[in-house]
Amino acid sequence: MKTNDEHKKYLKKIRLNSAKVIFFQIIIFVLFITLWQILSDKGIINSFLCSSPKKVINTIISLWKSNDLFTHIWITLKEILISFGLGTIIGILFAAFLWWSPFASKVLDPYLTIINSLPKVSLGPIIIIWAGANQNSIILMALLISVISTIISVYVGFKQTNKINIRLLQSFKANKFQIFTKVVLPSNINTIISSLKINLSMTFVGVIMGELLVSKQGLGYLINYGSQVFNTSLVITGVVLLGILTSVLYFLILFIEKKLKKEW
Amino acid sequence: MQLLQLKELSKNYLTKKQVICALKNINISINENEFIVLVGPSGCGKSTILSIIGDLEKKSGGKIEFNKKNIKVGYMFQEDALLPWLNVLDNCMLGLKIQKRVTEENKNYVKSLLKKYGLESFEKSYPKELSGGMRQRVALIRTLATKPDILLLDEPFSALDYQTRITVSDDVFKIIKEEEKTAILVTHDISEAISMADKVVVLSNRPSIVKKIYDIKMDKKGLPSENRKNEKFNFYYKQIWKDLDHYEN
Repeated sequence: MKTNDEHKKYLKKIRLNSAKVIFFQIIIFVLFITLWQILSDKGIINSFLCSSPKKVINTIISLWKSNDLFTHIWITLKEILISFGLGTIIGILFAAFLWWSPFASKVLDPYLTIINSLPKVSLGPIIIIWAGANQNSIILMALLISVISTIISVYVGFKQTNKINIRLLQSFKANKFQIFTKVVLPSNINTIISSLKINLSMTFVGVIMGELLVSKQGLGYLINYGSQVFNTSLVITGVVLLGILTSVLYFLILFIEKKLKKEW
Repeated sequence: MQLLQLKELSKNYLTKKQVICALKNINISINENEFIVLVGPSGCGKSTILSIIGDLEKKSGGKIEFNKKNIKVGYMFQEDALLPWLNVLDNCMLGLKIQKRVTEENKNYVKSLLKKYGLESFEKSYPKELSGGMRQRVALIRTLATKPDILLLDEPFSALDYQTRITVSDDVFKIIKEEEKTAILVTHDISEAISMADKVVVLSNRPSIVKKIYDIKMDKKGLPSENRKNEKFNFYYKQIWKDLDHYEN
């Protein structure tokens, strides 16, 4: 009985602690919003420059009423999903190719390093010239930013696959394709998922960068347009919506990660 | 009956700076159902001999003659090398799957092995749920599943703690004898060598040559753990210790 009580106490303590953490997380958010609202109401900060929570909500409501809200979100989401999907697939395939051919990986190594450290945004103008001032440019830009880091991180994972496991398959006379599908790929599921997380944030950077440069719709466009007409509420609304979108997608990946990791 | 013979086997490792001669003129003959143990100082190239027989590495010179055609080799490593994302049964079926030999008959053979060696109720368990000794048994059954003619055991117990090591040696020894397999085991542990072997081959430091070959003859030879208590055990131990010691200096 006594040990049971001790355990109950212990569990209670853990629950209390996590409740405390969540409580303070909410407090910080609420404090920030109210302080922002009060300061702009009292005129201590200029609400024309800094906007206010109420103004942001009003902007969202008016966007929703004019049916623009979901159009903008959908356009950005679509661009993100396409470039994220393409970036992941191309990245993994290319990493597999590099693993397959140590010669090619040696030859390409300096090029990958240079392209990886090059700020891809600098290629923006030339991308627009080549792909046109449309969605293709945005997707290409995001792809360029995300794919190289995917290639590098996944390839490093592939290369660090447990040597003993590979030798084991060789002792069964497995061919290279079997070694890849039976050992290298499954043992790198975690590497691939963590590269997805980085890939996602890279894709966001790429898409918003692209939208700032060329778009007529999307959240990046909203931010850009807002700043041009000096409507800071619109700019901040764009940023807030973007924040919500990132979190949703990020939690989606965390969910997938949990599902996949459970298997072993 | 003789199963395989190593003739004048040699192996050089090439690096940018130098040529390292690992094996030099190795002559060993191995009979069917024989348990051979190779001992030698660490880094002397004993594992290399297994890699060459198992076709994982190329030899530099000499010959390996098999007295049977299409001889099949099964490998067991220092680590159990179980794949953590496959359950015990799937791990055991891995070799058959790769060689595209998954038949009802072979599957039943694997299941019968698991049953025979006390792993039946763990078929659906994952490697992390098993103890070190059980994992090593699974690794052996995975190797036996492909029905190899000869087993190559590359220090398969070195990752285990001492007590587990003794019990697992007994288990593995029993399984190999019961399934009537030929085995070559590599170790640097003299006691392990004497307690398991029919024949101990003592190798020298690099470049490795065969220093001596002992036929281990004991009255009432039994399981490795029993052989360790045999009166002849100490005799062989002293002999082999001397052989190795001599070459260290």
